[in-house]
Amino acid sequence: MKGEWVIFPGIPKKDRKSLNEYLAAGGYEAARKVLTQMGSQDVIEEVKKSGLRGRGGAGFPAGVKWGFVPRDVEGPRYLCCNADEGEPGTFKDREILLHVPHQLIEGMIIASYAIGANKAFVYVRGEFHKEAASLQRAIDEAKEKGFLGENLFGSDFSLDIVVHMGAGAYVCGEETALINSIEGRRGWPRLRPPFPAVKGLYGRPTIVNNVETLASVPFIISRGADEFRKYGTEKSAGTKLFAVSGWVKKPGVYERELGIPLKELLEDVCGGSRDGRPFYFVIPGGISAPPLTADELDVTMDYEALAEKGTMLGSGAVMVFPEGTCPVRVALRAIKFYEHESCGQCTPCREGSGWVARMLEDVEKGQLVGEDLELLADVAQNIFGKTVCPLGDSVALVTLGFLKKFREEFEKHLDAGRCPYAE
Amino acid sequence: MKVLSDTTVKRIKEEILPRYPEVTSAILPSLWEVQRELGWVSADAVKDIAEVLNVPAELVFDTLSFYTMFQKRPVGKFHIQVCTNVSCDLLGAMGVVEAFKKQLGVEVGETTQDGMFSLSTVECLGACGEAVVVQINDEYYTGVTPEKVAEILETLKRSA
Repeated sequence: MKGEWVIFPGIPKKDRKSLNEYLAAGGYEAARKVLTQMGSQDVIEEVKKSGLRGRGGAGFPAGVKWGFVPRDVEGPRYLCCNADEGEPGTFKDREILLHVPHQLIEGMIIASYAIGANKAFVYVRGEFHKEAASLQRAIDEAKEKGFLGENLFGSDFSLDIVVHMGAGAYVCGEETALINSIEGRRGWPRLRPPFPAVKGLYGRPTIVNNVETLASVPFIISRGADEFRKYGTEKSAGTKLFAVSGWVKKPGVYERELGIPLKELLEDVCGGSRDGRPFYFVIPGGISAPPLTADELDVTMDYEALAEKGTMLGSGAVMVFPEGTCPVRVALRAIKFYEHESCGQCTPCREGSGWVARMLEDVEKGQLVGEDLELLADVAQNIFGKTVCPLGDSVALVTLGFLKKFREEFEKHLDAGRCPYAE
Repeated sequence: MKVLSDTTVKRIKEEILPRYPEVTSAILPSLWEVQRELGWVSADAVKDIAEVLNVPAELVFDTLSFYTMFQKRPVGKFHIQVCTNVSCDLLGAMGVVEAFKKQLGVEVGETTQDGMFSLSTVECLGACGEAVVVQINDEYYTGVTPEKVAEILETLKRSA
């Protein structure tokens, strides 16, 4: 299948964990090339040309982001790698941290050089002890070999990478919250502008990139932007790690090209339904992506096609639900998550997520009347666009998405006075 | 120092602080260090950290209060945390929670009388392909079913 383990062959083979194994597979050649033959602007141009977009969820072009760092500013700049992997349904970055940590380190060397950073941080979610240990081991190996530290590959470029553990806060996956968390403060997102590229960590120019984004960079440098563009679509170039969970026979992480039909991913790659029960709905890009109903599954997995359907590719986390799943319960579970994770800074999100959760609880019990569904939609709509970060928007989009797609199911609860799915 | 050991203080000063350009960044790793040593973070521990880092205790407490993984009161020797987010919920997380509750004789949020086990439900642990996921201290247990709960508890008791 096209794009099958092209950029991350070490994940299924599990043969590039150590430095020696990674070197045997041609590792660190891209970093060597960049530091000995390329200017920082050349690197940025090559990544721009590749069309690589942020793999954490937002999908912003990585090269363009790097280009936002002002070139004429004196003093330190920073690279932060986002390994917070908090979006429910997402479990792809941990595969990189566990099986190809050197590929991430190499990507970080290249990105740091491109933006002129001599210090980089990897923000790892607090639960990932094993993953952080795997990465730290790789960093120590790289240091010992002289791939991190002073004068890398004989150049005058130096880089130090620090692993910084989070401690259980979904919102810290948002880049400005992540920056505050590295600064040792509560993970409250910051108002933008100024954008981190201008004023980020410690008030300095800072780039925050997802693990998968950075780990894709060595391939682009060693094989070229054109080779990367052989996969994917015009606007969604390259391959993607899809994390599939829920009601499929073979859940897991799979690298395929962007633009793969969702049905192919579910049927051919993941073996179809666990027990033959038809799929009822699919969340295509992490919990914040509104659901696709069974008759909307003829869609390709790229940024544009999913946006057209009113949802998003997000982090590439696909969650699959079979017939017999109560959509109200899933919506409620999702909103309770946001209520728990709302950082409390913005009133519409802090209060609104709780209101929406309590109303959904009442829907599940069948304790609302029909008109209340309008109120539910109204409360959700009023959170949208009124918060510092997109967490509040997600509360609105998920609620409105489920309500729109499964209105009849919501009404059935109210008519029955109970959950019709409960045994 | 009220509660921090010399080893922890030394580690904060010699290993954690030099990693960062600014001192406040050492707050989270110091809190982790203290939790690893003492099992939880008390008010006295907060004051100790503030003293070692020479930052206001209020700042350390503010940070501590924000993050759910820092325990603000003592927990059992084994902290059992069951993910109940959507993918785990679909594959039966609530049954797993019920099994732990029944076999430990505690509710969610409680600790057994012998101080051995605490039970919590948590949000997505980021391993949805192997649902149901349960984190016990630093370890992930995957593909957990209610039937496996007794065996997990036995193994933990033996290792205690």
